[in-house]
Amino acid sequence: MADRIVPLGEKRLMDVKLGELGSWLGKRDFTPNGVLASIRNGHDRYYNKYINVKKGGIGGVAMLLVGYVALSYMWEYDHLKHDRWRKYH
Amino acid sequence: LGAGLVQLAHLHTSPNSQAPVPALPEKGGKTRHGIIPEELFQILYPKTGVTGPYVLGAGLLTYILSKEIYIINHETFAAACMGTVIIYGVRKFGPDVAAFADKLNEEKVQKAQEVKDLAMTSLAQAIQDEKKEQWRAEGRQMLFDAKRNNVAMLLETNRRERVHMVTNDVKKRLDYQIALQTLHRRMEQEHMVNWVEKNVVTSITPQQEKASIAKCITDLKVLAKVQQAKTTA
Repeated sequence: MADRIVPLGEKRLMDVKLGELGSWLGKRDFTPNGVLASIRNGHDRYYNKYINVKKGGIGGVAMLLVGYVALSYMWEYDHLKHDRWRKYH
Repeated sequence: LGAGLVQLAHLHTSPNSQAPVPALPEKGGKTRHGIIPEELFQILYPKTGVTGPYVLGAGLLTYILSKEIYIINHETFAAACMGTVIIYGVRKFGPDVAAFADKLNEEKVQKAQEVKDLAMTSLAQAIQDEKKEQWRAEGRQMLFDAKRNNVAMLLETNRRERVHMVTNDVKKRLDYQIALQTLHRRMEQEHMVNWVEKNVVTSITPQQEKASIAKCITDLKVLAKVQQAKTTA
């Protein structure tokens, strides 16, 4: 499949070869505008796939809630460390 | 002038595209057990078959429990209770809530559709009326012709009335002159006749009168004699 040559910075993550990962990261747009654009892009993709449909299931919201639970657990981990049952694992 | 032409080219066009809005997809992305996207199972299927992601999940669970990355404390029990209740509630009331939400959505869409249909019909009606008005405007020529005819007729009537008035007036004046002349002649005639009579009457002297009366008596006697002779004969 001979598509036109796409410059490295514009390739999607799944199309980047493992060795090119570093240079691909370097080419990405880390300006505030670029970060905002990528956040907006990700939001739009999630929204249009799971929520903006005629018959959306519980998955769309449930995944967000599970993600929130996991994230808050990770932020609290330093606190929770003291509740461990054993000292050595 | 070039800028004006460009503006002209944009008349009656809008920047919005005319293509119909694409419909929403029917179903969202699939998720297994509500929280794990189906894509994970599809990615692992060629290498590990159907049980692969489950084995992955079990292994991960064992790992985080044994290394106490996930710590079992009082909150675990709370989470377990809440999870049970939530899952039971979703399983039992899920379809009903989904049907209700679908009904709400449908009503919204229906209302919007009604508004759109109403707008379409009213606009189509407006187009019809506009075309009718254009057709009527074409007929205005005939209206103007009729009005022009009317005005011409009025003017003609007016002119003829005035002509009549003029002839009547002229005739009246001429009749007056004629009447005046006949009056003059009649008066002259009568005056002359009266004058002749008066002169004749005054010229009859009394002697002439006696003589004429005597002549008349003798004539009457002769006539009487003749008459008597006629009746006896």
